[in-house]
Amino acid sequence: MINIQKYVRVKSLEEAYQLNQNRLNRIIAGMLWLKMGRGNVNTAIDLCNLGLDEIQETEEQFSIGAMTTLRQIELHEGLNTYTQCAAAAAVKDIIGVQFRNLATVGGSLWGRFGFSDVLTVFLAMDSYVELYQGGTMSLEQFASMKYDNDILVRLIVKKAPGTFVYKTMRNQHTDFPVITCALSQMGEEYQAVVGARPSRAIVIRDERKLLSSGLTEDSIKLFSDYVAEAAPTGSNSRGSAAYRTHLIKVLTQRNLWELGGKLKN
Amino acid sequence: MIEIKIKLNGKNVVDYIEADLLLIDFLRKRGCYSVKRGCETASCGLCTVLMDGKPVLSCSVLAARADGHEVQTLEGLQEEAKAFVGFIADQGADQCGFCNPGFVMNTIALLRENPDPTDDEIRAYLAGNLCRCTGYEGQLRGIRNYLDSCKRQNES
Repeated sequence: MINIQKYVRVKSLEEAYQLNQNRLNRIIAGMLWLKMGRGNVNTAIDLCNLGLDEIQETEEQFSIGAMTTLRQIELHEGLNTYTQCAAAAAVKDIIGVQFRNLATVGGSLWGRFGFSDVLTVFLAMDSYVELYQGGTMSLEQFASMKYDNDILVRLIVKKAPGTFVYKTMRNQHTDFPVITCALSQMGEEYQAVVGARPSRAIVIRDERKLLSSGLTEDSIKLFSDYVAEAAPTGSNSRGSAAYRTHLIKVLTQRNLWELGGKLKN
Repeated sequence: MIEIKIKLNGKNVVDYIEADLLLIDFLRKRGCYSVKRGCETASCGLCTVLMDGKPVLSCSVLAARADGHEVQTLEGLQEEAKAFVGFIADQGADQCGFCNPGFVMNTIALLRENPDPTDDEIRAYLAGNLCRCTGYEGQLRGIRNYLDSCKRQNES
């Protein structure tokens, strides 16, 4: 358990940023991961009064505040219409409703956890993060960055016309995933995202244009093999590297078949 | 010490707490013993309470964050629970009973959000409540029987 000396509901992002420069202070977000650790926190910084718990939809984009919960992602009609329910599919098995009412998008993305369903699914979209000091950058760039003392303010998902699918393999319902696989087609571009390898999710684009002539049995197999080859995997208590590589092939194939079905509709 | 003001089971409560006091400990100190500590990993649902009407894990919320919010535990929702807990008991679904308050709280939240859920919707909503005695089928049958009984009453 962590010990917290002081709790502050900040009134501005600047106040949060200044407090967050002290390495003994922590932004608590949903507090679910933080609570699992041990140690001392001087000041727990709570962003809950900054109005960052909303999904704002415009014609161009979704602006998802850092304190938006995973349950809000699951239930948001506009976001799930745009993603053809891929966003809901990515979060629906994360523990339970009570957990998802607490876990935040900001906490999930900031952690850049290897097991993150949230990072995997949004990497398959035209997504950006807004950092208080660092400005706006692609989620892909953010995912490869080291931790610093900035503040993640919101996730921005551009409404680029696209088709999205998401699949995961868990040893048991509500457990951490053994592997996460998302797939998207935006314009002529296909891209696969593989997470829980068990390290951080990575984006794998169809650079060899294996799917350029459409989704056929052969092209699907070729692209699935390519993704499995391009995604480095490792072993942990949930699965071996070889098992994960095999799952990547299977889930990417299933994703492609499902995506093909969605494209026809 | 921090001053917090919470509406707990309909009553306004003011207290002074340590910054790292968890909501579960605050509630138990206030006599809400239906709120139980289970897994300590935010996985089991034993400590489920409603915060502003939404089910949350009180083991993972700072009491300080609940300041200014409404919190409900099973102690304050006896009447609402009474409507369906008998159906769950009839199925022998609360064998040791330890998980039961969490199940009941989350079922209340489910039925408020979706008064006519399918079996799959019930399973999905209650996935965050672990039970070590049963195979979950008893709880499902109990809730299904309750819903069917409500439908019959409405029809007659």
